[in-house]
Amino acid sequence: MQNLRYEAPETLADATALLAAEDGMARVLAGGTDVIVQMHSDLIEPDLIVDVKNIPELTEIAKEGGAYRFGAAVSGKTLMLHEDFNKTWPGVMDGVRLIGSLQIRGRASVGGNLCNASPAADSVPPMIAAGAVASVIGPNGARDIPVEDIVTGPGQTCLDKSEIVVSFLLPERPPRSGDAYLRFTPRTEMDIAVVGAGVNLTLDDDGACTAARVALAAVAPTPLLVAEAADALIGTKVDETALEALAAAASAACNPIDDKRGTVEYRIKVAGVLARRAAAIALERAGKNQ
Amino acid sequence: MTKHHIQTTLNGDEIDVLVEPAQSLLDVLRDELHMTGTKEGCATGDCGACSVTIDGNLVCSCLVLGVEVGGRNIETIEGMANGDQLHPLQDKFIEHVALQCGICTPGLLIAAKHLLEENPDPTEEEVRYGLAGNLCRCTGYQKVVEAVLDAAQVMQK
Ligand SMILES: Cc1cc2nc3c(=O)[nH]c(=O)nc-3n(C[C@H](O)[C@H](O)[C@H](O)COP(=O)(O)OP(=O)(O)OC[C@H]3O[C@@H](n4cnc5c(N)ncnc54)[C@H](O)[C@@H]3O)c2cc1C
Ligand code: FES
Ligand code: FES
Repeated sequence: MQNLRYEAPETLADATALLAAEDGMARVLAGGTDVIVQMHSDLIEPDLIVDVKNIPELTEIAKEGGAYRFGAAVSGKTLMLHEDFNKTWPGVMDGVRLIGSLQIRGRASVGGNLCNASPAADSVPPMIAAGAVASVIGPNGARDIPVEDIVTGPGQTCLDKSEIVVSFLLPERPPRSGDAYLRFTPRTEMDIAVVGAGVNLTLDDDGACTAARVALAAVAPTPLLVAEAADALIGTKVDETALEALAAAASAACNPIDDKRGTVEYRIKVAGVLARRAAAIALERAGKNQ
Repeated sequence: MTKHHIQTTLNGDEIDVLVEPAQSLLDVLRDELHMTGTKEGCATGDCGACSVTIDGNLVCSCLVLGVEVGGRNIETIEGMANGDQLHPLQDKFIEHVALQCGICTPGLLIAAKHLLEENPDPTEEEVRYGLAGNLCRCTGYQKVVEAVLDAAQVMQK
């Protein structure tokens, strides 16, 4: 890092131009809770750091009609202080609230959590379940990418080296909708998910599920959107039979590794259990959310 | 390496410092400004010994670059006592013997002060969650929690 340069551009155009012009290793800096750790442990030796926190589009939270848009670099802490957002997307906030400690959330962003591309990232499954779409910009223009399509492997994304995630759009929420995220860890705080499960669902006036999305963390090389698990809920009253089918579909979608945190067998089993528990919480929240 | 000239406010004083882009705020505080109250336990965000506040936001200074803090308001342990008058949290840490080797103490005090500013009357559980980002190898936390709860009572009077 002898020749490391630091830039803090104030516009998207300047940020993408800086990234595009760099021949060596460039890194976007949001909260730095992954980037700076990787620099300290000599995992990366960037030539250029582009701090994106001075760009207004990356740090705002705003309503667009009934939808929410928040900047990719907004810290977890800032999201936690936004009362209406917490009420609207409690499951997304379950994930955000699990990231590290207060000190970590004071800096850590959802954009960084996604772009770091860990299979165990806690805010990613509930964002996928929410149907969040990332707004991405590069030197050749902007594109919208569903969050589930961003991560392509451990530490890998589909973004070009000069592209940045600007913000996330979370769709308007119909009445009787609820979401939830649960993770399993040996410790209650400051630990990496053995398994994570996010569920988002909407009920009709009779309590039947009309729409659902289910996503899992730490059970495959990337966070997973599991359509079969959602299908197990849609059209049902999210009763015992539906929850059992959901758990089975979630377990069937897993393609995990054995490591010190859990065996393949264990992760597959826990994925079903957690998906089911998350669905029960989402159901209860949807019922309250008339 | 090009150094950046940073002007910022540290414990109420305007300061100027030259920093290298790769230097963490923790290293700037300790090595450039010789403010060694803030400790390094891990440099990876796990232990909280390096806790400081920036514009009232609690962070690990090991995971902030010095170049990021121009024009901010930084508070470290050195700003906690008022001259010889200790902060109630400092008094209560001594009274409850909430420290042994002391390396975690500056970070715990900064985190506890931040916690009580946001939540002046926390429950024991809220204190434990509020301090979950601060590791202590000596005390077993019980005395720390007792000290913070006691300080909260005193500070509300
Ligand atoms: C002690 C500790 C505990 C942690 N605990 C958890 C946990 O429980 N759960 C969890 O999920 N994570 C955890 N993390 C990991 C980390 O805090 C999160 O991944 C965090 O959300 C990263 O966000 P950031 O803003 O700090 O990202 P940064 O470190 O700034 O960036 C992360 C990566 O994304 C890239 N990037 C950032 N923003 C953008 C953007 N807008 N566009 C394109 N690329 C971008 C960066 O270049 C970098 O590669 C922990 C980290 C620490 C140090
Ligand atoms: S030294 Fe910063 S968290 Fe340990
Ligand atoms: S007193 Fe020794 S680490 Fe806390």
